[in-house]
Amino acid sequence: MSTLVSGSTGDWEVVVGLEVHAQVRSESKLFSGASTRFGAEPNSQVSLVDAGMPGMLPVINRECVRQAVRTGLGLGAKINRVSVFDRKNYFYPDLPQGYQISQYTRPIVGEGSLRITMPDGERVVGIERIHLEQDAGKSMHDQDPSRSLIDLNRSGVALMEIVSRPDLRSGAEAAACLRTLRTLLRFLGTCDGNMQEGSLRCDANVSVRRPGGELGTRCEIKNLNSIRFLQQAIEYEAIRQVEVLEDGGKIIQETRLFDADRGETRSMRSKEDAHDYRYFPDPDLLPLELSEDFIAGIAASLPELPETRRNRFVSQYGIGEAEADFLVTEPEIADFFEALADGRDPKLAANWLTTELFGALNRAGLPLSKSPVDAGTLGGLIDLVADGTISGRSAKDVFSEMFETGQAAETIVDARGLRQLSDGAAIAALVDAVLAEHGDKVAEYRSGKVKLLGFFVGQVMKQTRGTANPQLVNEILRERLAG
Amino acid sequence: MSDLLDLDIAGASEALDARRVSSVELTAAYLDAMEAAAGLNCFVTPTPERALEMAEASDRRRARGESGALEGIPVGIKDLFCTCSIPTSAASRILAGFVPTYESTVTANLWRNGAVLLGKLNMDEFAMGSANVNSCHGPVENPWHRTGDGAGDRLVPGGSSGGSAAAVAARIALGATGTDTGGSIRQPGSFCGIVGMKPSYGRCSRWGIIAFASSLDQAGPLTRTVRDSAMMLGAMAGHDPGDSTSADIPVPDFEAALTGDVRGLRIGVPREYRVDGMPDEIEELWTRGRDLLAQAGAELVEISLPHTRYALPAYYIIAPAEASSNLARYDGVRYGLRAGGDEPDDMYENTRGQGFGEEVVRRVLIGTYVLSQGYYDAYYLKAQRVRALIRNDFDEAFGGVDAILTPTAPSDAFAIGEHEDDPIRMYLNDVFTVPSSLAGLPAISVPAGLSVRGLPLGLQLIGRMFDEETVFRVAGVLEQAAGFAHRPSGGA
Amino acid sequence: MSLDRETVRQTALLARIRLDEDRLERMVGELNGILAWIDQLNEVDTSSVAPLASVTGHALPTRADSVTDGNDAEAVLTNAPDRVGGYFAVPKVVE
Ligand SMILES: [Mg+2]
Ligand SMILES: [Zn+2]
Repeated sequence: MSTLVSGSTGDWEVVVGLEVHAQVRSESKLFSGASTRFGAEPNSQVSLVDAGMPGMLPVINRECVRQAVRTGLGLGAKINRVSVFDRKNYFYPDLPQGYQISQYTRPIVGEGSLRITMPDGERVVGIERIHLEQDAGKSMHDQDPSRSLIDLNRSGVALMEIVSRPDLRSGAEAAACLRTLRTLLRFLGTCDGNMQEGSLRCDANVSVRRPGGELGTRCEIKNLNSIRFLQQAIEYEAIRQVEVLEDGGKIIQETRLFDADRGETRSMRSKEDAHDYRYFPDPDLLPLELSEDFIAGIAASLPELPETRRNRFVSQYGIGEAEADFLVTEPEIADFFEALADGRDPKLAANWLTTELFGALNRAGLPLSKSPVDAGTLGGLIDLVADGTISGRSAKDVFSEMFETGQAAETIVDARGLRQLSDGAAIAALVDAVLAEHGDKVAEYRSGKVKLLGFFVGQVMKQTRGTANPQLVNEILRERLAG
Repeated sequence: MSDLLDLDIAGASEALDARRVSSVELTAAYLDAMEAAAGLNCFVTPTPERALEMAEASDRRRARGESGALEGIPVGIKDLFCTCSIPTSAASRILAGFVPTYESTVTANLWRNGAVLLGKLNMDEFAMGSANVNSCHGPVENPWHRTGDGAGDRLVPGGSSGGSAAAVAARIALGATGTDTGGSIRQPGSFCGIVGMKPSYGRCSRWGIIAFASSLDQAGPLTRTVRDSAMMLGAMAGHDPGDSTSADIPVPDFEAALTGDVRGLRIGVPREYRVDGMPDEIEELWTRGRDLLAQAGAELVEISLPHTRYALPAYYIIAPAEASSNLARYDGVRYGLRAGGDEPDDMYENTRGQGFGEEVVRRVLIGTYVLSQGYYDAYYLKAQRVRALIRNDFDEAFGGVDAILTPTAPSDAFAIGEHEDDPIRMYLNDVFTVPSSLAGLPAISVPAGLSVRGLPLGLQLIGRMFDEETVFRVAGVLEQAAGFAHRPSGGA
Repeated sequence: MSLDRETVRQTALLARIRLDEDRLERMVGELNGILAWIDQLNEVDTSSVAPLASVTGHALPTRADSVTDGNDAEAVLTNAPDRVGGYFAVPKVVE
């Protein structure tokens, strides 16, 4: 599949690298004991360290270190036994210390890679590094006519900055990369991946070049907070750059913002000194040293990763690849599926989950985590179908009610009297009664109008309000009519 | 009253234990003396009510039989230590109005050990200086005067812990905390004729002390005697999980290290500390110190610390670099001075332009420059490499000696206003103290004699990393042998 | 290395310190003096020396992941020169 952009002077290749800021899943901040919970009152989750008060000092959260290592291992990356925290110095009202503690020359995680699937095959995206750093606070510019307001709740929250190589060749590839990375982080449990709440943000470095030629000058598009915007921004930016170059212009290396309303990128106002961050090792912190045992312990406790799990689903449960792909988009879906498939027909389980439950969830606009039906409840319904207690047709009705009320299948079946009638003698008696009542139709049938079988079935079902086992009804009817 | 002020910490503790005096009486005597000596400008925020409350509480504890290591002892605190609900200024306009809601670990340790707070002490702005003339509260005056000079002669107490040193020398505090980044406890100790101890880096917590240069800053005591110094350091020190650079090792009984015996100890005398233009009287004092220790049974050994002369220039890269970053938080947003501005950058430039004094601006600019793009390797990394060589010099020397003896400062106290227009001349005050700071080693200044102008001069003892005990042990013997009994004419 | 006036101006801008022309002029002279003096470090061969990372030789301590701090917005805001409700206030950022 060609990812080239064709211009008036020929084809251009788009080159994209991503810098992803993933909020580390932890209770407290990277260097302070304040909470990381989202949505609290302004400045209520701020320690004196996070507020940059005089004389305050950072102490690192061991779980954040573990999470970064876990993420590195999930990307098959090199874990650096010694890494160093540096100060990145700049002034901004929501940066209380006047510097961000980050990692510059010696990050905690080195090179790794991520495999992504595109319609025409797989790509391997190089991961350059992951470093740990502090988040800044939040500035609000439109609450007061003359002032900006500062909330430091986010100040000091741990972020992993995951930097890819410029291995991506289109907006679609970048979107797939971010989606795959997000899934991986969620399986690892190292980031909740919530882009609305800002737990996952992405910067894209975009340039264009003649296919296979020298790398062009890149622009950095900052703070893309949805996968769709990422793709749109790159597609817009690539065409913009091609147009500039084809008009004989030059690309200026700069930071750009994506205006989602207009679907355009635009240049950000920048100071002449904006890029002199004066990095140096933070003298309040010593180098971070990790033992081989510490790393091995994390490696041993690593959960099954999405790619492995997907392949296992196909081989162990015999479900289709497309279905398996869907089941591993979220760890909760995969877990739900395995709980549902346990002791049941896996294909049936996959079908109920992907078609019925997700259909209902989508209509209700709910995520799986808010589903009124859990795996045990849905499994109970599947079991009732499998053992013939209810018919497949009633099962749909039971599911609808189950989704509304969250009640167990048995409860609904009993309350609505939907238990399937499978008693052969009882059905035979009903059949005999129906045939006796419709002697004329019986004669017609026997003279060759076999389509009337449906009529007799309908009559029997009507008598039983649909609970008669249709297979048995059919069998007995055929037998009697043949007689 | 005056004999109460003559007691040192050890003597006052004894008197308190024997109920010859109460902490309230002792504290009241100091509060009176503070008022009488207000002209020295040592205290920027006296806390008399707090002092008497704490003294009363101490007397009650003592009556219950509870007694901390500094129970009932009135002390002054350098205004670099954050003290809960008491203004803390770092002697800078930029912290105008700042009142911490928290207490530094070192001061909290002192209060836990029973000490009484007399007030906050003047200093050089953000601890940058060697004369205590860089203060938004005005200069501190040394209680010592040159022989024959009139009362109008005003000398500097040294810096940056100048208020602390002058207060202890003038007997308006029994002891005081200081901080030492490149000599800021030892050099004022020498200028004021008292004992100044900078412990090993990591011995005292930096939590709650306003940072100047994080890899160098250490708190320590300024006291009249070596024994007092050991007692007070013991009450200040200890591991603090809130400071990642704090050493997680036990605090020894420093007082017990004062055995009075140095027989068999090897004391190094570094040949590189004979610097160009050093006055004869400093050389003579150093020789006298060697002789005294030799007479006491120590073995004096000439050693070499070859990179000594590069310590000061390396220090003047590293300390300003760290300071330029540490002082970035003073931006007018969350506390302290705010000057107007149309947008944040404007406000920052106005606030910091008005809030910082000359020396601070000088160092922040140097630090910003040496860290900026294209200069980092040539300056900052180079300086950290030289620092490694300096530490290595000491490590090698300590393979053969137990402590090192040097002068503390290259001169006696100078006049307020002198050298002020010559920053490098001012920096040279720290030529003997900076190398051990860069290496993180414990070092003490002990008063050992008078200059020809009748001003005190100190000798410095440097020890192995975390071996304050040997430093105290040798210092105790040196103090005894030198028998420095002179008193300043100013003060209480 | 010597610093010209423009470099000092840029450095002051980077450090966000407003210098009037007099102060700037004085700083140019003083900073040049200090940097010239610092340049004697170039006499030292450091080609085979690693920069010093720490004097104590201790490892970086870590803490457990639990919420032990925060929950006191007043302590954080009490010294603020300007605030609006629970927020710090600064002159409006122009973006
Ligand atoms: Mg970035
Ligand atoms: Zn980042």
